[in-house]
Amino acid sequence: MRLVVPLRGIVGGRGGLILGTFVPCALFCYLHIRRLRFLATRRVSERAEPIAKAEESPYYVGLGRVSQDPFDEVANPNGIIQLGLSENRLCLDLIEEWLSENLNGAMIGHGSDKGHLGIGGITGYQPHDGVTELKEAMAGFMSQVMGGEISFDPSRIVLTAGATPAIEILCFCLADPGDAFLVPTPYYPGFDRDMTWRTGVELIPVHCHSANNFILSIAALQQAFNQARKRGQRVQGILISNPSNPVGNLLPQKTLHDILDFARKKNIHIISDEIFAGSIHGNEEFFSLAKILDAENFDKSRAHILYGLSKDLSLAGFRVGVIYSYNDDVLAAAKKLTRFSSVSAPTQRLLISLLSDTSFIGRYLETNRKRIRKMYDIFVSGLKEIGVKYVDSSGGLYCWVDMSGLMHSHNVKEELELWDKLLNVAKVNATPGSACHSIEPGWFRCCFTTLSEGNIRIAIERIRKVAEMRKSSR
Amino acid sequence: MTRPRHPRTRNPDPEEDSKPTTSSSSGGGGGTAMRVIVPLQGVVQGRGGLVLGSVIPCALFYFLQLYLKRNRSREEHPPPSPSSSAEHLPEVPGLQRTLSRAHLSPRGPAHVSGRVNAILRSGDSPDIVGVKKYLEDAYDKMSNPDGVIQLGLAENKVGLDLVRNWLVENGREAMLGDELSISGITNYQPFDGLMELKVAVAEFMSRAIEGAVSFDPSQIVLTTGASAAIEMLSFCIADAGNAFLVPTPYYPSFDCDLKWRSGVEIIPVPCRSADGFSLNFTALDLAFSQAKKRGVKVRGIIISNPSDPVGSLPNRETLYNLLDFATEKNMHIICNEVFVGSTHGEGFLSMAQVADSEDFDRSRVHIIYSLSEDLSLIGFNVGVIYSFNQNVVAAAKKLARFSSISSPTQRMLVSLLSDTRFMQNFIRISREKLGKMYMMFTGELRQLGIECVKGSGGSYCWADMSGLIRSYSEKGELELWDKLLNTAKINVTPGSICHCIEPGWFRFCFTALTEEDIPLVMKRLQKVTETCKSRS
Repeated sequence: MRLVVPLRGIVGGRGGLILGTFVPCALFCYLHIRRLRFLATRRVSERAEPIAKAEESPYYVGLGRVSQDPFDEVANPNGIIQLGLSENRLCLDLIEEWLSENLNGAMIGHGSDKGHLGIGGITGYQPHDGVTELKEAMAGFMSQVMGGEISFDPSRIVLTAGATPAIEILCFCLADPGDAFLVPTPYYPGFDRDMTWRTGVELIPVHCHSANNFILSIAALQQAFNQARKRGQRVQGILISNPSNPVGNLLPQKTLHDILDFARKKNIHIISDEIFAGSIHGNEEFFSLAKILDAENFDKSRAHILYGLSKDLSLAGFRVGVIYSYNDDVLAAAKKLTRFSSVSAPTQRLLISLLSDTSFIGRYLETNRKRIRKMYDIFVSGLKEIGVKYVDSSGGLYCWVDMSGLMHSHNVKEELELWDKLLNVAKVNATPGSACHSIEPGWFRCCFTTLSEGNIRIAIERIRKVAEMRKSSR
Repeated sequence: MTRPRHPRTRNPDPEEDSKPTTSSSSGGGGGTAMRVIVPLQGVVQGRGGLVLGSVIPCALFYFLQLYLKRNRSREEHPPPSPSSSAEHLPEVPGLQRTLSRAHLSPRGPAHVSGRVNAILRSGDSPDIVGVKKYLEDAYDKMSNPDGVIQLGLAENKVGLDLVRNWLVENGREAMLGDELSISGITNYQPFDGLMELKVAVAEFMSRAIEGAVSFDPSQIVLTTGASAAIEMLSFCIADAGNAFLVPTPYYPSFDCDLKWRSGVEIIPVPCRSADGFSLNFTALDLAFSQAKKRGVKVRGIIISNPSDPVGSLPNRETLYNLLDFATEKNMHIICNEVFVGSTHGEGFLSMAQVADSEDFDRSRVHIIYSLSEDLSLIGFNVGVIYSFNQNVVAAAKKLARFSSISSPTQRMLVSLLSDTRFMQNFIRISREKLGKMYMMFTGELRQLGIECVKGSGGSYCWADMSGLIRSYSEKGELELWDKLLNTAKINVTPGSICHCIEPGWFRFCFTALTEEDIPLVMKRLQKVTETCKSRS
């Protein structure tokens, strides 16, 4: 009775307000505090929680599955063939040859460096953004890659542990939390992580269409910018990839002019990710942002170029990325931020030797282009045979393939089903367009530079089987 | 089942009688006032009790949260910089493009981010100035005997010869492996480090504390240096605006590592020379309470063990009390054990040992380690996060993509660390040399009248030069630092950079010297000490 009467009283409304407020509030506070205490130690910070969660994007899920069950001609012929990682293994033999001849000399160092483990010579001082000799070698290398017509200034180079921290550092320097970048789609799935995880920056997709050969249109850019402004979001820049990933096309000179004009009018930055500049296998002319800026009288302080050695030199494991900025403030800040992502001394030492060997580099770049072209030709002729369309591209290590013919209906759900079939039944991992934010369903990125000729044919065969299965099940 | 029954108003309701007759005291405007007051009275007295009684506070709370959220987002989104009026100019249609774009009205430079300014501003601290001066005029026995001697960076050259010889003999095979194949080092590898290296590092860390604890390689995340490790941990443990308690004097790099991008505040907890700069729990508690009053969430404590720049070792009791404190206040502990292999005194206790031994909640303990200092591997930049918290490890593994170590370097280190005979020898010799250098250096300093705190680890000593400064203040200390740099041509780290509250303390990193260099350093110091003494 002692319990029931007061309860009845509450329910009946007596003492109503006080108890009626007190009881739910007390309950709420208790639960809230318990949750906070729980969060504080058991879990990570609020900003780290989404990062720690398991992967959902097909791009990463596919990569994960391949690492568990990788195809090997001899050891695991029923494994998954990797078409989802844009890595170049075609010219590793050249690198191996160079290393076996030159490694010892490269390790111990030359001249003032001799006998010192660090690369600052007698001073032992390690600038985080890379030693001058390496910057000079890198400037020379970038110039060689882009045809020798542009010269890069070593003092505008900042070296980072891979292109991934390079773009993150640029985002920290160019934008505050809540700001946004306009990014033409389809784009490299990694940007979603690299540019947003810790920076608080957002990406606004600017859709490109197959009708326009996936080249960025200024009208679309303008529309996206205006919509962002209406929302009250500050756009700080545009990020373009050239050669583009995942499509593989090269931006025409006029488009680059238009984008630069647009950036000038809106007073925003341009970041040009040119990491595939040395992987151009077609006949189209490549226009680096540097080339355009050299020729015309643009305000350069808004232009920044990203580069790295992972794709063109196949040295992904070395972790070497480059920020090339025409803006002194950005350079100064980026240099400081490389304390968190610097290239280690032995690697720098090795690269000084490698990149300075211009005749080897020239030979390598030439051979690389030829071999990529060969693989590209084999891959696309295979696609033609099985009746699958693709975009005719000139650069990159991949092909942008239109598999909408294998889909029953034209939407993302179907695309993901097809991706799943390809991955789990055909045992081929390709990157679906939705992971790249493509607005047209049915496109897939297939990288062919990690395979041998024979393996490409096996991959095509497996895709053919899926195509047939799909046709017959209609 | 909370349908309120109509209260029987006939029942004497004590509240009704004692309620001040607000209706009468409200004065004028009778009609409208009455319309408001009568329902309110009803509510207060309990009519419609439970429902209204829950709804009103909940509604109030909801609006409060909304208001707070809006305020928070207003702080984070400062209004766009108004200097570029270009944004408000109407678009000029049909403007012909000319070759010389300078003809078009200049819109001003594109703006960089606000946070860049904070980063750029931190370029003026004395240690940066010292390093610049040193680079312009570096000491070299042969070619530049009057140059600046660098005692400011904790670079350990004590074991350099040993390591260098090993690398020269074995580096090639170490990098390329037995088959001299490179596909292992050129491909994409897990960003948080090769498993073989994690295993080797775990064994090394264990060996450095004589096997007292075994470390689990799966709880290791490798990064490009200790700075990246600290930054990453701060992202995983704290949100922007949260704080860490850090006993002073502390390792100057924490200021950049925690504040630049992570946005985490450092709350200094002052320690005094009278206590030998050991951690004072009263001060810790006070700092915590003050932070709480300010509304700042303290997420953890960061200590260095051995302490940098003091070089002392926290004893067992301190470490236990620290864990107790952290448990009580529900926070994390980050223990910077970067010099675990450079302890030359007795009594080193790793936080891992303490966490292992008792029934503590280990998920709040995280250890930072680095190979560069102990192994004289200048420029290799290898940092280690060792965490007992699975969620932190998972998040850090993902963030490692931004600070991933080169594969060739990793390969070399696997070979180096796996050469157990060499490593045991190396640690032993390195520690002996360190101890010897420490005794010699501090002994010579004593001859000059400069006393050091008894240090047992690290590649430096913490010297009291307060007798030599003109005014007992930070200004006086920096004046002395300047004299040391420009007159004696020695670059040392002043205590103010380490946030020491007592002026006049300096950190000397003696491991950048050889034994023969010590007399030269003392001679130069003497010049300054004599002038300072003669003046006072």
